[in-house]
Amino acid sequence: MSAGAGAAAAELEQFVYDEARLIDEKRFDEWYELFTDDARYWMPLARGQPDGENHTSLFYEDKLLLRVRIERLKSPRSFSQHQPSWCQHVLQRPFIEDDGAASGRYRLRTPFVYVESRLDEQLVLAGIVSHRLRRETGVLKIELKKIEITNCDASLPSIQLFP
Amino acid sequence: MNRYLDNPEAIRALVRPDCVHRDVYLSQEIFELEMRHLWRNTWIYVGHDSQVPKAGDFYATELARQPVIMLRDAEGAIRVLMNRCAHKGAKLVSAREGHCEGGLLRCPYHGWTYRLDGSIRTIPAKSGYEGTGLASSTAGAGIAHVRNVAIHRGFVFARLADQGPGFHEYFGDALSSIDNMVDRSPLGRLEVAGGVLRYMHDSNWKMFVENLNDTMHPMVSHESAAGTAKKLWTGHPDDEPKPMAIEQFLPFVNGYEFFDKMGVRIYDNGHSYTGVRYSIHSAYSAIGDYERQMEQAYGAERARQILGEVRHNTVYYPSLTIKGAIQAIRVARPISPDRTLLESWTFRLAGAPDSLLQRTLLYTRLINAPTSIVGHDDQHNYHAIQEGLASDGNEWVSLHRNHTAAEADGLAGDYNGLSEVSMRGQYRAWARFMTLDMPARAAS
Repeated sequence: MSAGAGAAAAELEQFVYDEARLIDEKRFDEWYELFTDDARYWMPLARGQPDGENHTSLFYEDKLLLRVRIERLKSPRSFSQHQPSWCQHVLQRPFIEDDGAASGRYRLRTPFVYVESRLDEQLVLAGIVSHRLRRETGVLKIELKKIEITNCDASLPSIQLFP
Repeated sequence: MNRYLDNPEAIRALVRPDCVHRDVYLSQEIFELEMRHLWRNTWIYVGHDSQVPKAGDFYATELARQPVIMLRDAEGAIRVLMNRCAHKGAKLVSAREGHCEGGLLRCPYHGWTYRLDGSIRTIPAKSGYEGTGLASSTAGAGIAHVRNVAIHRGFVFARLADQGPGFHEYFGDALSSIDNMVDRSPLGRLEVAGGVLRYMHDSNWKMFVENLNDTMHPMVSHESAAGTAKKLWTGHPDDEPKPMAIEQFLPFVNGYEFFDKMGVRIYDNGHSYTGVRYSIHSAYSAIGDYERQMEQAYGAERARQILGEVRHNTVYYPSLTIKGAIQAIRVARPISPDRTLLESWTFRLAGAPDSLLQRTLLYTRLINAPTSIVGHDDQHNYHAIQEGLASDGNEWVSLHRNHTAAEADGLAGDYNGLSEVSMRGQYRAWARFMTLDMPARAAS
């Protein structure tokens, strides 16, 4: 394990597991607090997409847009959530791409399966989620969560929660 | 299931001046007839010429469920060919886009090759066809064409039926919305950019098309999305620059008066646009050097005219809807009575700053994506109609809002924005083009 800015593998892996669990348990306000103020929650539309500015994405949310989504889910007039959606992440063990010893940024790459269901419909997505984390006053936070799904160019039905 | 086949009277009876029968959304037979008549007799959108910039480039899509290839031929002209080998029928290309290597289309099954005009170039072991009827058969003529293709300022349309209205006769002045979108480029040119969002809907294609100029729904359907954004922004000083996302969300929850005064213009043949006076896109902040570039390109007065035309949605019935003011289009691809693929394409204004494309991409992502909260609201309501209409007790869908007897003389003109006149216009066109080429059923 690295000293200094580095983090133990177990801490980083646990962070990724806990983050997914907060979504699956719909603890969205707590989940929101995991993000830095300049964070992005990004699901590209194309493979190898270099950025979220000059190409459309499925998600490219800053904190404001995450907040809008979370507050909307609380609204009794979110009609598409009459029968709410539920989701489940199934994660493989994360690969630690950068333990932060030199950069102060931790990068993890985690293969996942995501299931979202509502009424009789169920959607399954699979792919790689990449986390870029940093510490703020000692606490691990998400700078970037990038979700690359295998069928990003397929036609998709509504995805209402957070892969 | 033979209630409507070759029975134009029964089809026309589904449309009254102020309501439509639920079968237009629910009936499998009506859907099949729509694909065979309405979507063949009208001009439907194929693609944009910037998707095939070089000779041999192709883009594969579907028109009324038929696979087609839009390509640029050796002379630089755009052609639309059926994506079907003349021999056994295999699709010639399966990729959504690509390039014809060596200027040829080659069937992946038996290796027949075709020139870019669809004519046969080679057939392996061709001697096997000597003395057969191939040369004089349909197969011998090569790949079938879509004969009626028209391109308006880069937008490629096709009419599948050999007979029918001409392109300009069909669209008329509705083409001015495409013109305005293209004129917004200082170079007068658009380029497809930023990828395509493909959103699958579990509802009839007409629910989407009707919704585009349904101005009574945003403040209700989108209260949870845009209303939440508005609430989160409340408390910020009026002169604080709004984030672009907030600027785009807020007008969705404007009141009825805003949408009523916006106005709707109706053209013949089902086309219309809302936002005759202004639209939800009117109050967007100016972007960088763009206005100056426009003035340099067109002169101050003409530039002001182009940018002052801020239409909301234009419906090119039945397949295409556009937002000229932000260079985004949506294409409806019907799959079955209760299944429709909606594609959202975006454009770069050639010669304009990247930030305009970025604004367009943000809008499309916020409003039209499978992940869009505004899209979720709309999609939910279309599906709710699809399910709700199964109820007996009322087989008719009301389109009464602001209907007057004067509409019997024709609909073209300007109306108050909240009127359901755009839908009445669509169904008038629907009944006409469904039955245009249908022989009357012999009296029994």
